[in-house]
This record gives sequence, structure tokens and C-alpha cells, in this order.
Amino acid sequence: MTVLTRKTHSTAVETLTWTPVVEEHRLERDVGAAALLKGRHIALYRTWNDRLYASSNVDPDTGASVLSRGIVGESGGVPTIASPLLKAVFNLETGECLTNDELSVETYPVRVVDGIIQVGLDF
Amino acid sequence: MPELINIRDLPTSVSERRVVVVGAGPAAHRFVTALRGRGDRSDVVVLGEESVAPYDRVNLAKHWDPDHDLSLTNVGMWNERTHLVTNAWVNSIDPERKSVHVNGETELAYDELVLATGSAATMPPLPGNDLAGVYVYRTVNDVDRMRANVEALSSARGPEKPPQAVVIGGGLLGLEAAGGLVKYGFETHLVHSRDWLMSSQLDEGGGRTLNRAIEQRGIELHLGQRPSAVLPAAADPSTVGGVAVGEDLIEADLVVWAIGITPRDELARDAGLETAPNGGVPIDTACRTATPGIWAIGEVASFDGTCVGLVAPANAMAEVVAAQLTGGDDEFTEIDDATKLKLHGLDVASFGDSLSRKSGTLDVVMSDPVEGVYQKLVLSDDARTLLGGVFVGDAEPYASLRALLGRQLPGAPKAYLSGGGDVPDAEMPDDLVACSCNNVTVHEIKQAVGQGCHDLASVKKCSKAGTQCGSCVGLVGKIMTKEMEGAGLEISKRLCEHFELSRPELFEAIRLSRLTSFTQVIEKIGTGRGCDICKPVVANILATAFHEHVLDGGRDGLQDTNDRALANMQKDGTYSVVPRIPGGEITPEKLAVIAQVAKEFNLYTKITGAQRIDLLGARLEQLPQIWQRLIDAGMESGQAYGKSLRAVKSCVGSAWCRYGVQDSVGMAVHLENRYRGLRSPHKLKIGVSGCARECAEARGKDVGVIATDKGWNVYVGGNGGFTPRHAELLVSDVDDRMLVKVIDRFFMYYIRSAERLQRTAPWVESLEGGMDHLREVILEDSLGICDELESAMGDLVADYRDEWAETLNDPVKLARFTPFINDPQATDETIVQVPERGQVRPATAGERVMISVPTIGIGA
Repeated sequence: MTVLTRKTHSTAVETLTWTPVVEEHRLERDVGAAALLKGRHIALYRTWNDRLYASSNVDPDTGASVLSRGIVGESGGVPTIASPLLKAVFNLETGECLTNDELSVETYPVRVVDGIIQVGLDF
Repeated sequence: MPELINIRDLPTSVSERRVVVVGAGPAAHRFVTALRGRGDRSDVVVLGEESVAPYDRVNLAKHWDPDHDLSLTNVGMWNERTHLVTNAWVNSIDPERKSVHVNGETELAYDELVLATGSAATMPPLPGNDLAGVYVYRTVNDVDRMRANVEALSSARGPEKPPQAVVIGGGLLGLEAAGGLVKYGFETHLVHSRDWLMSSQLDEGGGRTLNRAIEQRGIELHLGQRPSAVLPAAADPSTVGGVAVGEDLIEADLVVWAIGITPRDELARDAGLETAPNGGVPIDTACRTATPGIWAIGEVASFDGTCVGLVAPANAMAEVVAAQLTGGDDEFTEIDDATKLKLHGLDVASFGDSLSRKSGTLDVVMSDPVEGVYQKLVLSDDARTLLGGVFVGDAEPYASLRALLGRQLPGAPKAYLSGGGDVPDAEMPDDLVACSCNNVTVHEIKQAVGQGCHDLASVKKCSKAGTQCGSCVGLVGKIMTKEMEGAGLEISKRLCEHFELSRPELFEAIRLSRLTSFTQVIEKIGTGRGCDICKPVVANILATAFHEHVLDGGRDGLQDTNDRALANMQKDGTYSVVPRIPGGEITPEKLAVIAQVAKEFNLYTKITGAQRIDLLGARLEQLPQIWQRLIDAGMESGQAYGKSLRAVKSCVGSAWCRYGVQDSVGMAVHLENRYRGLRSPHKLKIGVSGCARECAEARGKDVGVIATDKGWNVYVGGNGGFTPRHAELLVSDVDDRMLVKVIDRFFMYYIRSAERLQRTAPWVESLEGGMDHLREVILEDSLGICDELESAMGDLVADYRDEWAETLNDPVKLARFTPFINDPQATDETIVQVPERGQVRPATAGERVMISVPTIGIGA
């Protein structure tokens, strides 16, 4: 018999692994791009002020891996991505959906080391 | 145990709490959605014994059509924190150890356990119920098995003797099952123990009206009787042959039991949990069972001694538990058993004390046996407070009325019934529940309007009202309109939070100030950084005002994905490709190339309504190769993706047709080539018919051109779609040259002055003076702008370039057609297609779960 119990709690920060993705200059401003990291689909964005963000690339409405192909924008000063399919809009900082309380996307920390974009993954 | 792979993955997730849900029906789905909606980050494991993801059981009848996908949407809801385990049979619950045993081998610990086991269809212990061909009506699997049997029987019997079915139970489920069987050509009998159908919901008057309507639909009723035995067939004693009902024997090739449901409380009982005398697990107003850490929702939950098989209370309970688990104090206090459904095209609804059970109630009844309509309001003894109602044949008043349950009617009761006069335009109380499925009050709908939702779609999205059964949508619309009128809202024309201007104002500002980039536009006349609403609008305006490639000058980031990929994104993230086929005229050579391309890239091929060919299922990285092949054969983009001219539809015209008076195909080709690539506030369509018989259906288009023996009649402002409209006559008997001038002016005037996503029909309506004004501007040049409109159009026509070819010639643009920036060779393996009728289609959510598509592996 397999016995599955809860894993003991550990904080997210401790388990982050920084995974290199692509040279920073290859990510265009306002045009998202998808990346395949450890088998997962991650979307990367560069906003108007050259800030970098990462989220899951999966549109929670449809399950299609397309978020990076949406429109990068801004709402009330917050950077956003609008899903290209059913147009749900997500806050890139928190992953919250601004148009439908029931939806959200996973977001990931991003940093640049030696000109390479790295995404912090907790899996 | 492949179905338990997900369970074994669980230890990798990190969370302080694990919530286990037993059962994966609509209640479980709603619970998970509600919990996530509240931002809860517990690990959630949903254990379902069916092999499919949660589906909309309310609409099970639609599954008689096997292509109808009942899955509740949001496949993305299943992720590394939210696991759905299908084919998972829970063997036992151990409330002491706080764990459940699954499939005889896995013990799964929980912190909170939610019982959502639903119920089973009831089948009494009658002799013969174990025969082949005897079914219950509860799951998609039941319907699949029935349909398979039905199809086998129909083909074995041949047309001369139709197969015969007996449905037992004349409630909601029985009527739905019978409807499916009639559709499949069964001679259908329905046995019901009471004297009228739906006797738990309808009073005698309503029930008898329903009896007649159902009989008229070819179902033979056996009322006031119960079957005594199910009998084997003479030819094959292992299969069913008939049903004994009273003195009668009804022959049957198939028997369906639909006499009710029994709550699935066996797990709870075995675990020593309290169960109710009538079945089910008792809950308090917090939906808590008597055992700590265990909750119950949906049909298995017994509230006040009753279990109900309706979706609204199940949703309400799911919301309550989600709230309770996240620190809220929501309570479930009342079962809302209002019902509305369409049976065989017939509206039936009931709510409140529909059977007038309380003493001293007054009934207001409207009965029209000729029309098959019965309506009843149940009122308090002073005839003022609404206590319930029944509607058969016409349930239009239902939505407004059920919301007024328990309140004083603002007007005379009879006014609320069909043909009863005008309902007084009274203010609806704020706390009134307009949408009972999602428990949305009038106040919340007004709030949504106040927060800027000014059309039905956004009000629905924002408030969740009307998103489940849909019966309250009319009411929601009324509340929205009233609220907007009350607030003096003339539906704000403000484009979005970044632009105060309306689209036509923005167009003029951009054109006159010669602003050529989005940055310039937003810095000069907007605020902030733009969004998915204003960016495509500005890109569209820039394309028309300065006619440049939609992807030039850093405009990619402004475009909707369809414009960015120059193809239409489909639900699974693949694209459709539509080459231009002007006027619907195509050579066999080009047709052969399209066929080859479709075959090579395994694209689903469909003829569109606009006389073109749609090639669906192309991956992002395949698009350039597909375009190259089409371009090599002399084709180009059909702009099926853009807010632009789509197609010009035509009939064969005078070249071939004996009735044709003008060359409609020639004119259609000419017009399509003239206006191809033209960007506009919404899509544009043209039709050209070669005579008054109108085979091109031109009057359903934005511009309809119909041949006369003297020239052409021009109609404008037609469209199909959600609100179909016929185009109206703008001018008669113009020659070819004038025809083009008129269309040039009409399109350009529209492009400059219409609102965002406003099609020509509402635009014409919105013009002060309507068609008369349009005639003055376009034909009499009352504004003195006709020359300018024509010359602007002339420039656009002269500058036309094929967007596909331009992209293929630009390495930077081409580089974007790669799915993953860090791995140019990789493809998206989550795109899964299944065969259908000799081609492919995207797998449904349910199928994806079954083929274990790695949705769980691709991030939350």
C-alpha cells in the first residue's frame, strides 16, 4: 500500500531553482514569448518600462498554451496580459485575473544574470 | 495504475493543507472553482469514479448527440495544486486517521474532506431488472450505452418496424430520456405513478397541460400506474422484451428507469458518520457534517431532512464550504427548488409553493388549452405576496417572477401572466436574488454596471449572473438597462481606461495630427500604457489612416493574436488558414493545391459560409510553410483574421444563369480585389446577386449589391450573426462606376465614424437621421467630404500588399513563428487532436483527461 501524507511545509523561496531561458535582448518589448522549462510552458514578457515578468503560458479558460500570444498592457499602473482566446486579463505581478474572479495564473520570479533571463521555479 | 499517476505526484506539491473531495460532479467542480476564486492555495484532490472530468449533468439530455461536449470548462483549473483523479473509487473513509482509501491500494491523508458523492439513479428490486437492455438515466456513460444499444436496434430492425422503448418515471429525467429516444426513432411509452407528469413540481392544471403536449409529441403515456415486472424477450431470454403495467404488457426493446435518485451515502454510513432517515448525510447551515473535518455538498447532503437533486442548491452549498474553509461565515439557509427547463421544445417552470400546499393561498390562473399554455401564480390570502408559480407552454414571466418570491407584487397579479397587460415598471429590490444558480442579487448586478460593465456579456462575466442555466438572462438585461438609464448612462463612448475619446474621435485625432505610432498616440492623447482594447483599435486606425503593414513599425505588440499571426486562433491554440478566393471563384488548379496542403499538414477542411475554404488545426510554426505553398500557387491572405473586408459572396450571375441580368461574379471579384485588406471597426462583408432572386443572400451583408436590368441596387447595413438584419436600400440602378464610388464613400465614412466593434447596421442606426442622413452624405455630398473619402480609399487600394508575402520576406517577423523561444525545435505537445468523420478535431476537455494529456505537467 502506498501511504501518502502531506509533505512538511517549506517556504517557496527555499525551493526556488533559477533556470536560464534566453538572452535578454531576444525578448521584444510588449511581445510575449513562450519557453519550455522542465517540461512546463512558461510565458515571458517585457513591458513598456523594460521590466520582465513570467507566468504559466496556459490559458486557464481553455487549457491552451497561448497566454504569451496575448496583448501585454497596463491597467491602473499594473502590468497585464490579456488572453488571446477569451480575453481574460491577468495581473502579471500576482497572476490574479482582473476580469474573472474564478481564474488566475501561476507567476514566477524573473532575474537577469550576465545578460541571460532566468526564471525562478519551485518545481 | 495509470489513473493514479496524479496521486503519486502529490508529494511534490507544497502546501499547508490538503482538501480532498470525494466525487467529481458539478458540485465538486463548483467547490474547487469557488475555493480557488477565493485565492486559497491548499492542495486539492478531487476523486471521481467516472472516467471523465466533471460535466454538466443538468444538460445530460444534450449528450444524446454524442458530439455535444458537456465538460464544465476551465481545463486549466487542474494543475499541480489541483488534481483530478478519474476512475478513482473511494473504498472507505477513516475519520480518526483523517484519510481515505482509494482503489484498494492508496491511503490519502486529508485535512478537510468534502463529500460530493451525489446520488444514484433508483431502480426498484423488480424481477427482470437485470436483463440486458434495462438502463438508468444518470451519467454520460448511461447515455452512451443506451445510444449504442439504440443504434444497434435501429439497424437490426429496419425501418418497417420501429424499436419500442418504455421509460418509467414521468419526472424531469424521465421526460428527458423519453425525448432522446423519440429522436432516435423509438416508439416511446412513458409510465408514471401519478395522474400527471412532473407531479412533484406541477399542479394538476399544469401537469395535465404538459400531459397533452407530451402526447402530441408522440409519446404514449401510461399514468397512475406502476410496473409490476420487467419481462424477458421470447427470442432471447437474456434481453428485455416487455414491461408489465397493470393489466397491460408493453412490448419493449429497451427500458429506462428514471423514478428518482438515492443519495450516495454508503461511504459515510460505513465510516460511522451520521446519516439521515431518508438517506443522505445531514449538514448544518455551514454544510458541516457532525464529524469534524468532513463537509457535505450537493445531492448527498441532507438539509432539514431533505436531499435535493437540483443544481442551484448544490452550487450554493459548494460556495458555502469554500467560504467556510477560507475564513468566511457564509451559510446555507434555504433550499431553492425553482425549476425551469425546455422539454421537447416546450417551456416548463415552477418555483416556490407551486402546489399551493399552504393553507389559505389564492391561485391566479391563466389556462389556454388551444395554445397549450398554463400559468399559475400562488399568492398569500390577501392576494399580495407571491408564494409560488407554475408555467407550462410559455415561461416568459418566470425569470422576473421567481425573483419576487416571498415579496409583494408591485402590480395586479394577472398583469404578470402572458397577455395579462402591462407590468408596472417598479424598482426591483436590491436584495432580490436574480440568478439563483449563482446566488446573484439585483444589487450585485447593479454593482457590476456601476463598475463599468455596460453590456450583457460583461455584466454576466463580472457578476456571474446568468452563466449557468441561463433562465435569468432576460431579467439581468432588464436590470442592467434600467440601472444604466437611471444613472443617465448613455453608454459611455470612452474607448477604455487609457483613452477618453471614442473611436471616431480618436480616428480624426490620429489622422489630423499625423500620429504614426502607438507611443505617440498614447502620449499625446491618452494616459498610461495601453491595453488589449485600445492597442488593437489604434493599430487598426493606423493601418487605415496611413496604410502600412499591420506588423510594421513595432505594431506587433498592438495586435490581437489573430492579426499578429495573420491567422485565426482556435480553442486549442492552433490556427485556421483562409486563402482569399475572390467572389468564391476558384480554378481547379488552386483547389488541388489547397487539397494538397490540407493533406500534407493534416488540416481539418471546411467550406465557410462566405464561399471560401477554411483549413484548421495549423500549428504556429507551420503557418509560414503553409502560406508559402499557397502563395506559390498564386493565392494570398483572405484576412479572415482581421477586422477587415472578409469576402464578397456571389451567385453565378448572367454568365451562366438563365435568370441572371448582370455579371455578378465579375463584379464580386472586382469588389473583393478592390477592398481586400481594408481595416475597419469590425469585419465587413459584401454580397453580389445577379438578379432579384438574390441567391447570394446579399441583403444579409454590410453591402448588398443586387442586379437590375438597368444596373445595380445598393443595400447597406445588413448582417447575419447574433442579431440578423436585412440591409436597406441606399440607391437604385447605378452603373458599375457609380457603384464603386458609393461603396468607397460608404466604407470610408463608416471606418472614420463608427465605434469600436460596431458593425454597419448599428452604425447606420446610430446616425442622427439614419438612412436619410446617409443618403444625403453619400449621394448628395451634404458634408462636402465625398471627394476626400474616395481619394482616401483610392490610396488604400493602391497601397495594398499581401500580408502573408510581406511576413515571409521579413526574417524578423518570421522568427516569431516559433512556439518556444528557448527551444526552436520543440513543438507544443499539449495540442491533441482526435479523428472525426475522416478528419481531425481538437480533443475535448473530457477526452484530454482520458488520454492523459499532460495538462497537469504544464504549469498552473
